[in-house]
Amino acid sequence: MLRGTPFHPRTSALCEGHNWRRWAGYITAGSYELMHEREYWAVRNSAALFDVSPLHKYLITGPDAERLVNRVVTRDVSKCAVNQVMYTPWCDARGKMIDDGTVSRLDEKTFRVTSADPSYRWFHDNAIGLKAKIDDVSDSVAALALQGPNAREILEAVSDAKLDGLKYFRLTHAQIGNVPVTITRTGYTGDLGYEIWADAQNAVPLWDTLIEGGRPYGITPAGILALDIARVEAGLILIEVDYVSAEHARIVAQTSTPFELSLGWTVSLDKGRFNGHKALREEKQRGPAWQFVGIEIDWASLEALYAEVNLPPQLPTTTVRESRPLYAEDRQVGYASSSCWSPLLKKYIALAHLESPYALPGTPVTMEVTVEHQRKQAAAKVVRTPFFEPERKRT
Amino acid sequence: MTKTYDAIVIGAGHNGLVNAAYLARAGKRVLVLERRHLVGGAAVTEEIVPGFKFSVFSYVVSLLRPEIIRDLELPKYGLEILPLESTFTPVVEGDAYFAAWADHDATRREIYRHSPKDADAYDHYSKLMYHIAKAVKPILGLVPPDPTSLSPGDIRGLLKFSDIFRSLSEEHFYALAKLMTMSSADLLDEWFETDILKATKSASGIIGTFLGPRSPGTAYVLLHHYMGEIDGSFRAWGFAKGGTGAISNSIAGAARGFGAEIRCSAPVVQVIVKNGRAVGVALEGGEEIYAKVIVSGLDPNRTFLELCDPNQLPPDFVEDIRRYKFRGSSGKVNLALSELPNFTCLPGEGPLHRGSISISPSLDYIERAYDDAKYGNFSRRPYIDICIPSAIDPHMAPPGKHVMSCFVQYAPYNQQGGWDDAKREAFGDTVVDTIAEYAPNLKSAIVGRQVLTPADIERITGLTEGNIFQGELALHQLFFLRPAPGWAKYRTPIRNLYQCGSGTHPGGGIMGANGRLAALEILKDGRV
Repeated sequence: MLRGTPFHPRTSALCEGHNWRRWAGYITAGSYELMHEREYWAVRNSAALFDVSPLHKYLITGPDAERLVNRVVTRDVSKCAVNQVMYTPWCDARGKMIDDGTVSRLDEKTFRVTSADPSYRWFHDNAIGLKAKIDDVSDSVAALALQGPNAREILEAVSDAKLDGLKYFRLTHAQIGNVPVTITRTGYTGDLGYEIWADAQNAVPLWDTLIEGGRPYGITPAGILALDIARVEAGLILIEVDYVSAEHARIVAQTSTPFELSLGWTVSLDKGRFNGHKALREEKQRGPAWQFVGIEIDWASLEALYAEVNLPPQLPTTTVRESRPLYAEDRQVGYASSSCWSPLLKKYIALAHLESPYALPGTPVTMEVTVEHQRKQAAAKVVRTPFFEPERKRT
Repeated sequence: MTKTYDAIVIGAGHNGLVNAAYLARAGKRVLVLERRHLVGGAAVTEEIVPGFKFSVFSYVVSLLRPEIIRDLELPKYGLEILPLESTFTPVVEGDAYFAAWADHDATRREIYRHSPKDADAYDHYSKLMYHIAKAVKPILGLVPPDPTSLSPGDIRGLLKFSDIFRSLSEEHFYALAKLMTMSSADLLDEWFETDILKATKSASGIIGTFLGPRSPGTAYVLLHHYMGEIDGSFRAWGFAKGGTGAISNSIAGAARGFGAEIRCSAPVVQVIVKNGRAVGVALEGGEEIYAKVIVSGLDPNRTFLELCDPNQLPPDFVEDIRRYKFRGSSGKVNLALSELPNFTCLPGEGPLHRGSISISPSLDYIERAYDDAKYGNFSRRPYIDICIPSAIDPHMAPPGKHVMSCFVQYAPYNQQGGWDDAKREAFGDTVVDTIAEYAPNLKSAIVGRQVLTPADIERITGLTEGNIFQGELALHQLFFLRPAPGWAKYRTPIRNLYQCGSGTHPGGGIMGANGRLAALEILKDGRV
């Protein structure tokens, strides 16, 4: 049996369809209700509560903690103030992305790193000669993401936190009910939202307090399917879907650099040496061969393809995680790695890898769609991401 | 009026059968002659205790070449390979056992229990082995070119060979170079800190060799066993429904389907050579049968020093064959059980019973087991690889009862004072006592047992010194050196006499590659 998360006593009672999915050795809900639709709308309309406990979490402490983290990740964490959080990729010596996650600076000498893949050994190997200790706190720290326009009101109702002053990608310590928590203004939905970190032993009372206090604001437990649509709308990448970790890639062609994933803004080449520094500096000079972009599929084109078989366009109800070829000038120039129908934007959108010459916003491409078992190409164009970015995300 | 054949294959082991099947498939008239009453050689299923079917010798399969399964349509002839789900290494008491389960997350959690670092390292290690095995695996399907030769065929072969190495990234090439030279213990020390994990992994590096986990060269054997574990038609160790004899029977079925004739209880005593050419064989009892080519599936010692007259062979070749090392190091104990063994450290019936169970609590344990053997004694506490076929295929034993196969190392062929009945029973007792330390109900569950020392393996199967691979899988007798320099391409110094057993490239295990490659070479030579 796979483990349930620390919230399992509560989430298992809610999971109506027993639609469990695997995540990092745990089971988590795909959706709690039989349909994920209401859970998705909670993200954009009220507040969705996601159990994100399966994330790997490492506490890095010691006089050289900053040096260690800076050696591993591409961003410059010496610029990360206490109580600040940074999103960052990390790479191998070839500059190929191993993973991406967040780094929270809890104090001068303490960082909490979250990752999608196990990273204990990687940090450990990089810590040789440094005065830094790495603790795997994945199992002992429970985590929730409260995401949506009502997230702040709910947290204010149930905690003593001063959230008005808590800026985007900052953290604060507070109590929810009787449970001490760390609240970070972060998330994977591109909406107003927070992530709540607590001792796993307090998971159930934490959940209960949030659900009870959040009920008047429409708090809705939500699963991975809803999250997967929201994150595409937010233009956020997913490991093993939008890129293959250099640790798992079977061939070099499967790997990506941060520049190829349009994450150049996270690469701090002037901070001194770090894993992948040389390769990334060279790539920046050369310019990456690929870009990671948003794609919007043209509705009229799709409608016309379906009209040929006398059907209205058939749309995916969840995020499609299979590769869809993209063409320009009669040849394949890239592929969409995540695509979905955005219920909010009423658009068929995709996150895609494109050869750099085709990656400028507005560039026309076509995407392969299968219409009644026949392969067709729908017109599409490159657009900027995020597809959806409400003002409330940052204000 | 005697019938004539295009080819006579000596020995209905799996390679002999594969060879015969491929020759028959090419339209040749083929006769297989087997000394025993049944086909299979070391891959046989026999009902030694009434109602209990033992895979008497060889007991698991992973390396059987997918192209052979496809070409010979073996599933049509009954081949069904069921997964061996896990590897479980018990401890005598406490819960510090080690297990690799079928599911990656479950395995990761299990390793994490021992060491968080090893849990991460396990994935990286597996990936490295995957890459190297993927690159090296084509060598299994390659006739070994002679690096000293300038013939076009050899040069083509060497180019193919170098392509294989060039397909490796630098990192993987360096890792391969290390693998070829290191001991499995040293290799595993580079990756892991958990002793019981290292011990269990290292065991793959010693099977069928007279080496310990700290002996250089064992890392390669470990890789050899990994090659069955990568992509392709199947990727893990499996158990053949009906035991390993069912594999032999399916190949025999395919051979017969293509028109080959198989005669059991027909021991060949001599290869008849006239004017430097093999022309036929003589059976015990005097019958002579003639064919255009003679193929021996027997080991190099039997083929060249017993069936042939050494005077017909070049003296340096005879010397090379004499030097070829067998050194049987393993025994087998097959048990008929009234119930499953119940392990103190993980009680109850569970997935562990459907996988392999490895008695390998630490590297020192295995190395000490080797120490005993070095000086001519079977290990007082041996490494044992256990599987319980009846937990996977219930037809192997009466309902509710079980058969347990125990591969035991070390049991040296040259046991001090020689093997006799008393020593055989003492060896059997040692194995049962060892396992009973972990599963105390074992002794009372035993309703029958078969103990096989290397001397028994030699006597029954004909494998010289009881070596399960027809000669040690050591670097100095692999590839173009197997079985002898210059004679690794299935041909022999006697024209029209070929060899196709595990004593040729690519070595032992139920692979069939040897039999297939030999058949392809024979057909290429066009003398049939």
